[in-house]
This record gives sequence, C-alpha cells and structure tokens, in this order.
Amino acid sequence: MTGVGAVHKIYRQRQLWGGVGLVLVVIVTVGSALIAQFDLVEGFAAFPKALVWMGTNFVPDARAWANLPKILLRLGETVVVSVMATTAAAAVSFVLAILGSRTTRFHPGATVVIRALASLGRNIPVVAWAMIFLLAFGQTFLTGFLALFIESLGFLTRSYLETIDETASGPVEALRAAGTPWAPVVVHAVVPSVLPSLASWMLFMLETNIRSATLVGLLTGTGIGFLFDLYYKSLNYPSAALTTLAIVVVVLALEAASTLLRKVIL
Amino acid sequence: MRTPSLPPKPWTKPSVALTLGVVTVAGFLLLDTKGVDVAGAFVKTGKDLVTLFLQPAAVHFTVWEAVQGIVLTLALGLLTTVFGAVPALFGGLLAARNLGPGWLSALLKGFVSLIRAVPTVLWVLIFAIGAGLGSVAAVVGMTFHSFGYLLKAYSEAFEEVDHGTIEALRASGASWPAVITQAVIPGAWPGLLSWTFLRFEINFTTAVAMGAAAGAGGIGFDLFMAAGYYFNLREVGAIAWGILIVAAGLEYGATRLHQASRAGHK
Amino acid sequence: MSHLLEIHNLSKDYRGVPALIDVSLNVKKGEFVAVIGRSGAGKSTLLRCINRMVEPSSGRVEFEGHDVLALGRRALRSVRTRVGMIFQHYNLVPRLTVAENVLHGRLGFKSSWAGLLGLYSISEKRRAWDLLVQLGLEAQVHQRCDLLSGGQKQRVGIARALIQDPRLILCDEPIASLDPGSAKVIMDHLRRIADESGITIVINLHQVDVAAQYADRIVGIRAGRVEYDGSPKKLNKKTVSHIYGTDSQDMLVGGLEE
Repeated sequence: MTGVGAVHKIYRQRQLWGGVGLVLVVIVTVGSALIAQFDLVEGFAAFPKALVWMGTNFVPDARAWANLPKILLRLGETVVVSVMATTAAAAVSFVLAILGSRTTRFHPGATVVIRALASLGRNIPVVAWAMIFLLAFGQTFLTGFLALFIESLGFLTRSYLETIDETASGPVEALRAAGTPWAPVVVHAVVPSVLPSLASWMLFMLETNIRSATLVGLLTGTGIGFLFDLYYKSLNYPSAALTTLAIVVVVLALEAASTLLRKVIL
Repeated sequence: MRTPSLPPKPWTKPSVALTLGVVTVAGFLLLDTKGVDVAGAFVKTGKDLVTLFLQPAAVHFTVWEAVQGIVLTLALGLLTTVFGAVPALFGGLLAARNLGPGWLSALLKGFVSLIRAVPTVLWVLIFAIGAGLGSVAAVVGMTFHSFGYLLKAYSEAFEEVDHGTIEALRASGASWPAVITQAVIPGAWPGLLSWTFLRFEINFTTAVAMGAAAGAGGIGFDLFMAAGYYFNLREVGAIAWGILIVAAGLEYGATRLHQASRAGHK
Repeated sequence: MSHLLEIHNLSKDYRGVPALIDVSLNVKKGEFVAVIGRSGAGKSTLLRCINRMVEPSSGRVEFEGHDVLALGRRALRSVRTRVGMIFQHYNLVPRLTVAENVLHGRLGFKSSWAGLLGLYSISEKRRAWDLLVQLGLEAQVHQRCDLLSGGQKQRVGIARALIQDPRLILCDEPIASLDPGSAKVIMDHLRRIADESGITIVINLHQVDVAAQYADRIVGIRAGRVEYDGSPKKLNKKTVSHIYGTDSQDMLVGGLEE
C-alpha cells in the first residue's frame, strides 16, 4: 500500500485496536461488578464517608492507650514469628534453589520437582495454608509460623532460582570449563555472586510477611491479628485504631531498616 | 547526585545473619505451644496434607457452585485491579522523576508507603464498618494496596522511557500532554501491561483471603467454611486445588508477559 | 533581519564548571555551519542553548529577531516549532512505526487536545508520505523503528524535523553512530536540504574532514571558547591541532563513536 492511504492505515488500525481494548475493559469491569454485586455508586460514596468516619471514630482514646502493653506484646510475638518464618524459609530455599537450579545442574529431575513444590507453596494463598495448619496446631504460634514458612518457601525458592540463573551463570560456566567438580563450583561461583540478591529478597519477604502475619493472626486467633479482631468484634474501635497504628509504625520502621541494610549489603 | 552505597563493614553481614538466627532459635524455644503435642501435630498434618491433595472431594457444594465461587473471586480481583490502575496511571505520571518535580515524586511515593503499611485485611474491615461486610468493602479496601503497588510500578516504567525521545519532542515544541500520550505511554506500554497483570494475580489471591477473613464471599469463603466450620479436609483439598490451578495459571501468564516486556526493552 | 541566528556572549557553567565561555556567533539564512571540536568541548551545550533545551548562565540568543531566552512558555514552544533537531542516537519512539515518528514533528503546532489525542490532518499525513519518498523510506512506512538500521533511523529523524517546515535544523553529532556509507547518505541529504529549501543547518561534528567537505563555514570550539570561525578552505593543520589539542592527523580518520 502506498501514498497517504498507507499512513492513514496505521492510525485507523491503532484507533480500532484502542477502541476494542477500551470497550473490552469496560465490558469486563461492568460484568465483574454485576457478578460481584458491586454497586459502583455505593462504592464511590462509601469512600469519602468512611474517611470522614475514620477521622472521628477511628482514633485511639485513653482506654485504648491503656491497652498499649498488650498490643506491643502481641506485636512483638508477631514480629518474632515473621522473622522465624522468613529466616527458616530463606535457609531452606537456599538449599532447594541450589539443588533445583538449571545453572548448577544437580539433577534434571530436581528442577521440575522443586519448581512444582515452590509453585504449590506460593499459589495456594497463605490463608489456605493457615486454615490447614489450624486444624492440627490450633491457636498456637506454630500455625502462623508454618503458614508463613510455606508461603515464603514458595516465593523465595522461585526468586532464588531466578537469581541464580541470572547472575551466576557466567562464573559457573567459567569454572566448569576449567573442569571444577560440582561442590566447589557452587561454593566459589554461585554463592558469592548471588548472596547479596538473596539477602535483598529475604528482606522483601520479611516486609511482606509482617503484613500477612496480621491476616493469618486474624484467621487463626494468634498474634496481633487476633487482638485487632477482638477489638473490632467488640466494637472497641479506638483500640482497634491503636492496634492499626502500632502495625503501621512497625512496618514503616522495618522498611526503613531494610532500605538501610540494602545499602550496606549490596 | 546519588550517594554511593557505604562500603560494607566486615562485621555487618555475619552479625545480621547471626541476629536473625538467634531470634529464630529463641522463638522456637520461648514461644508458647500451649500444651499442643507438637510432634503429634506434625504427623497429623502430614496425614492431612496427603488426604487433602490426593483425595479432594466436595460435599457442601457442587462443581458448578465452586466455579461460581472462583468467578466471583476473579471478579473482585479484577475490579480492584481496574480501580487501582486508573488513578495509578495518573499518579504514576506525576510520581515519575523524569516527568514531574522531585518533591512531588517523593511525596506521592511516601504517601503510598503509608497506605501500604496498613495490611489489606485491615483496610477492608475498616470500610466494612460503614459499608457492611460484602463486596463493596472488599473491593474498596483492596484497592488501596492495588493503587499503591501500581503507582510505584507504573512510575518506574515511565522513568525507564528513553530520555532522548522526550527531549526530541520537547525540542520540536510539543506540549507536555502530547509528549506523554505520544511518546511516554507508548514507550512504557509493555511494562504497564505486565505490571497490571502481575497485580491482578496478586489481587486474586488477596480476594481469596478477603473471602475467608472479611466476608467477601467467593471461593475464599467456601474455604473458610470447609476448614473452620465443617472441618472437612477433603473439601479443603478440593478448594485448594481449584485455587492452585487458577493462581498458577495467572502467575504463568503474568510471568510470560513480564518477560516479554523486559525482552522488548533490551 | 540580516542574521537568522545571533548568539551574543553566551556562557554556561554547570555548578562552577564552565561549558561555554563568552561564545558569539552569527548565522545567516541558508548557511551550512559545522561546529567542530573534541568531545566535551561544549558543542552539544551550544546547540541546546539555541533552542533553550539548556538554560544558559548568561548571554543572549536571538532567533528571527526574538530573544529566545526571554520568551514565555507558549512563545518558546512556537519558536521551537521553527527549529528542527536531529540527534546522535536518533531519539525515536522505538515501538512506533516510521510514519508515526515522522508525524510527531507536527505535535508542536497542535493545541493541547489535538496533541494529546494525536490527531493529524490529511495534509499533514500527505506531507509525511512525501518526506518518506524524498528520503527513500516509503517501503518502511509501517515498520517499527526499533527494527531499522542506524542510517534509516536517522533519515526518520530528518523527516521528523522537516515536517515542521523549520527555518533552522540543529544536528547534534548525527553521524557519530553510523558507518561511513550511511554517514555519507545522511550528510548528502542534509546538504541537499540546505541547497534546495534554503534551510539553515548548524551541525556538530567531530570528523574534521566531513565538516570541511560539506560545510560553508566552520566554527571550532575548544574548552567552551570559539577558536576558529571561517571558511573550511582556510582551515589548516595547525588550527585543527589547536582546536583539538592533539596531532590533527588523528582527527581525519572516520567517525568513531564517543
């Protein structure tokens, strides 16, 4: 096609596809709203209404502040459980990733199995795992720990696998070409090149876990989530607000510490 | 000018690792298992998992109802993705350091950090106070994190657009709105799309969690009932399989899109 | 007005480090001016001060009688539409087609809404096609720009500048990333444009032989100052080595990327 028509054609095509895309998005969105019985008007109205309500009622009062020690204790427990789950998962994921990586080539079958297991851990939501473990471990810290552990294992194993494949392949090839056996290749080529990234992923996982821990605690009756649920269900909103505030402070503090640590590690 | 990262002091890495290790071990020793037979619980869980995954069976609902539950959860995830993406597009443009003033970028990103410091489940519950437990509270509550995540992701995609392209159009007298729609958005488009799909996958699993913990309905609620009310392991297994398949499928799609967008960039 | 472009005592420093020192230069309509000098001598800065992509520290730039440095936002945009610019790294939108990139040159003429929506008139599209034919790119009209060769990309850049109907085209090292064959094609196009349409060309080059071959006038910059301003015929080895601060023989070898 030549001439102005050729130029026209490009714009007509773009407009057509753009239009189709937009219509599709609108249809899918409206369809979803119907399926979920989501009233758009109500949704948009709820937003400012809730914010106003939050400003007035969702504020800690004297009674709430009296609960602070209890809140901090629970929060500490939650943080500790999150750290435990993340650390343990990081250690195990490290081993799994080395065994399952296509770069280290430990065993061809291992790659498939480990990737599948990681997907299992990661794609079944932490909520589901929490419910499963609740059945056996009841309202102890182990329920939350195990749920976070499995979830972290799934996420970190995949992240570590990707990191190893991306960063270590060069050094590994070099050492292998020199005839180095498997274990020294891992120790001298893989580990040094991936350690900073692994640490960075672990920090990221820790931040995510602190947030998930609230959710898990809510469902399983442990940690800070349990406390929030208690106050919420008893309509003690000021205390619930204080609990939320405490969580926010911890999350932000962790993010700041993590940013600092990253600058030093990487 | 960016300050370079501080050189790592030799004692930093080992001491961080040591601290985490100590906390983990201490946690196991000190936290209360409340009289639960831990060893026995592990055995029970092992058996549970076998039943769960190898003998799934639904009792309280039919396959069709399960599909409906999944579709509802997908709908919730989709709505929160769309409602997060649209404002995030504008916010991302403002927050991109190559497009807007530095202070605005820092302000927006800081604001978003604050929003994300409150766990999603708490946002949903807070909104449920005013709007009642249901899809409205769930979608609005989930949209906070959706918006925050996408704003940061989109702004990074915009920042990666080649500076020279923007320079060329500005040098020819084009206005900023024209530069944005004709150069910045087309340039960042693959990245925008892939981040959005990644978030959709996360929003699906979050919607499952909200169904279980915050009254949003859908497959998450079925899960909560099967595990916490009927104590039916095989049903939990069936639901877990359903979620696993959908989530893994979404994750696969999202990863492929992400890799394709990265490849186009090189 | 006698001169299309007048630069008076232009200076620019970046946080105390001088990039341009008291540069004065007048360019007549239709001239083909080559600016030569080492990397970092200030050539890019000089070019970008002309259309105020870089804000000078002091001095005056007059284009078509307007004081460029005193213009408000809208007036500056208007002036920029009359100044085209091509770049060493082409600066196209890689994922878009050749035709779309060429038409981007018209965005400066549009109101906010038309520019936002990317609405181009039929005459603009016709002009785009004519330019593509002129530059030998008709076969690539639907091609994505990231799939083009360097020479083709630069021709798209030239078409994008030409569609503005500019009085002046600024060229920032346009052949530095090209092989000698493609470089000749580009230089021939630029010379032809200057001869046929009377468009003034100010081009940065670090290859002295290319400059001497194509330009009507050469301006030599060293460490931010003008060290030579005159005909290429009067340029001798001693002057060139003074501008570049090395043996001039090195500078006569073809275009190496910075």
